[in-house]
Amino acid sequence: MSQGVGVNLQDVWIRFGDFVAVREANVDIEGGSFFSFLGPSGCGKTTILRAVSGFLEPSDGKILIGGNDMAGIGPNKRPTALIFQNLALFPLMKVWENITFSLEVQGVGAADRRKRADELLDMIALAGQGDKLPSELSGGQKQRVAIARALCASPDVLLLDEPLSALDLKLRQHMRTELRQIQQRVGITFIYITHDQGEALTMSDNVAVMRHGIIDQIADGQSIYDDPATPFVASFVGENNVFRGKVKSIENGMAIISTNRTGDLHARVGTSARETMKVGDKAMIFIRPEALSIAETNSASNHRIKALVTNEEFEGQAYNVFLEGGEGKEIKMSLVNQGKIRQSSMGKDMFLEYDPEQSIVLPEGELANE
Amino acid sequence: MKRTGFMSEFFERNGLALGLYLLLAVGFWVFILILLPQLSMLDFSFRHHLPPPEMGGPKDVYTLEHYKFLVLGAQGADSSYNAVDLGVFVRTLLAALFVTLLDLALCYPLAYYLGQSNGGGFVRVLVLLLIIPYWVNEILRAFAFRIIFGDSGVINELLISMGMIGSPIDFIRENVALYSGLGYAYILLMIFPIYNVIESLDRNQIEAARDMGAPWWRIHWRVVIPYAKPGISSGCTMVFMLTAGALAAPQILGGPSSLWFTQIIYQWFNQGGNWPRGAAYAIVLLIVCIFIVLSMMRLFKVKMGDIGK
Ligand SMILES: Nc1ncnc2c1ncn2[C@@H]1O[C@H](COP(=O)(O)OP(=O)(O)OP(=O)(O)O)[C@@H](O)[C@H]1O
Ligand SMILES: [Mg+2]
Repeated sequence: MSQGVGVNLQDVWIRFGDFVAVREANVDIEGGSFFSFLGPSGCGKTTILRAVSGFLEPSDGKILIGGNDMAGIGPNKRPTALIFQNLALFPLMKVWENITFSLEVQGVGAADRRKRADELLDMIALAGQGDKLPSELSGGQKQRVAIARALCASPDVLLLDEPLSALDLKLRQHMRTELRQIQQRVGITFIYITHDQGEALTMSDNVAVMRHGIIDQIADGQSIYDDPATPFVASFVGENNVFRGKVKSIENGMAIISTNRTGDLHARVGTSARETMKVGDKAMIFIRPEALSIAETNSASNHRIKALVTNEEFEGQAYNVFLEGGEGKEIKMSLVNQGKIRQSSMGKDMFLEYDPEQSIVLPEGELANE
Repeated sequence: MKRTGFMSEFFERNGLALGLYLLLAVGFWVFILILLPQLSMLDFSFRHHLPPPEMGGPKDVYTLEHYKFLVLGAQGADSSYNAVDLGVFVRTLLAALFVTLLDLALCYPLAYYLGQSNGGGFVRVLVLLLIIPYWVNEILRAFAFRIIFGDSGVINELLISMGMIGSPIDFIRENVALYSGLGYAYILLMIFPIYNVIESLDRNQIEAARDMGAPWWRIHWRVVIPYAKPGISSGCTMVFMLTAGALAAPQILGGPSSLWFTQIIYQWFNQGGNWPRGAAYAIVLLIVCIFIVLSMMRLFKVKMGDIGK
């Protein structure tokens, strides 16, 4: 079994005129891994993918695939296959012709192509549908045909540009698992683009989080969620309650922040800021809704927050309680539904507590806006 | 029952006044402007060529005389069929076919470029530049070609001054002027249908094909041309029909030896004063052209409905 072909971006800049779409990207993607770029719309994800597949050349820097510099090598000569954001199946070719187009280009005879198409159709659970036109398939089926078409070229690296975005939620979740299984079966490198953090976290070995052209953090899903490198990552990946304040003291990687409205709060300094954070700096504390709970004792402390309940909602697996007291935005707390009827606390003051070890302090910075 | 339902719905939707107007306009168009003239031509073509006093008289009966004449020629002529007229007829059709292919070869790349370069002011200017010459009327344009291609025209002057030729080339006699003029006359009707279809082609499909290693010719052969087929066939149909039926350009630009079939028709109507024979010739031209177009559409698997797109 081969190790798979890795991809490296070294100091890659991509500019359109004066506009910088990608700024100094340094990414090392391990061969055979599932790597995701995650970021809001317009942050430059597609642009990076197009540069890797060869449709545009970086303005600066190098792209290596399997250790080879790709400068000047066209998309038809690279060992990559791209699945487009809108799939781009050929509407006038039958499904099997679509799937084996890359073989047709190589001059493989029709009988052999048909055989290979049937194998791939089997793999994507569409056996016997080869003679249909793409327009006669459902959204999820088209999706799978696009994957089969890309895999048919036997690429070393498969590039996927938000291929699930057009599907409904159920199908999307199903396809996530399926994609992951396909990747493990064929063992090639997948580079996946999405603005859906759920997709990125569930499928990937590693995730790069982007914001307007800048890569903020590259790490595995759990590190990104538990130890975000920037306020942007903290607020973009998953939900987070934000409290602003100034650093009052730092000791053993734990900081006390004096906030304007919620008193002194205690939390762990994020790994990325461990070296640089000083007393007196402006800082932000991020506490996840699920890290908050109702305090056992009603006394103030530096890991307790007193706030007024303004709203409650039942979400199935969780109760969400919204409280006044954050910075402008309300505080959200998610409590696991344990099957007991909860008493409404609407309009009452409540003490919340959290685990300071699970909450992160970062230098003040840009937040992701919803 | 169903019909009245449709009619009342039609009037309900458009109101009485607008509904009546639409019906009248469409009726006028179809019956007065299209059907009636063609039918009367058809009727003419089956009548004897008679002096006016005998029209409607006992001699005015239906006959196939003029169709026979086109095929067999005058009775008592040396050849057993009408070699001259049939020759012109076939040559006209072949030339029209040639002009159509020439226009297609010129327009496809241009339409592809216009359709796939993403908008921009430059493209709009280019399209405008294509359209503006058509504000000039057809006859003027044909004469302009005559001047350009004449013995002392720009092209000959240029070639001579560059020393490429010694004496002027007779472009008129060689029919170069004729084909250029005809090719240019209806070229917009080729560009725009193709441009319209290609503009709606998703660029990602082209990139997907490229990503899978396809060279440019295969991308066109497998992706762009199949997609553009309705536009191509509608352009070809119009150019072919109009070229085969063109009169001004052949009249003005044709060499002494090259007669266009429409010129023969024109002669029968005009100089010959033989309307029935002219009508018969025109009808044959029309029917054969339609037949050719339909069989081409059959050959290239284009449906009638696609052309309207
Ligand atoms: N050819 C181009 N010319 C100029 N600007 C471009 C071009 N392509 C992309 N951009 C700009 O670069 C930025 C990044 O675009 P890109 O398509 O990479 O976004 P994205 O992250 O894929 O977004 P989405 O999630 O909406 O697909 C955008 O601001 C876009 O306007
Ligand atoms: Mg994109």
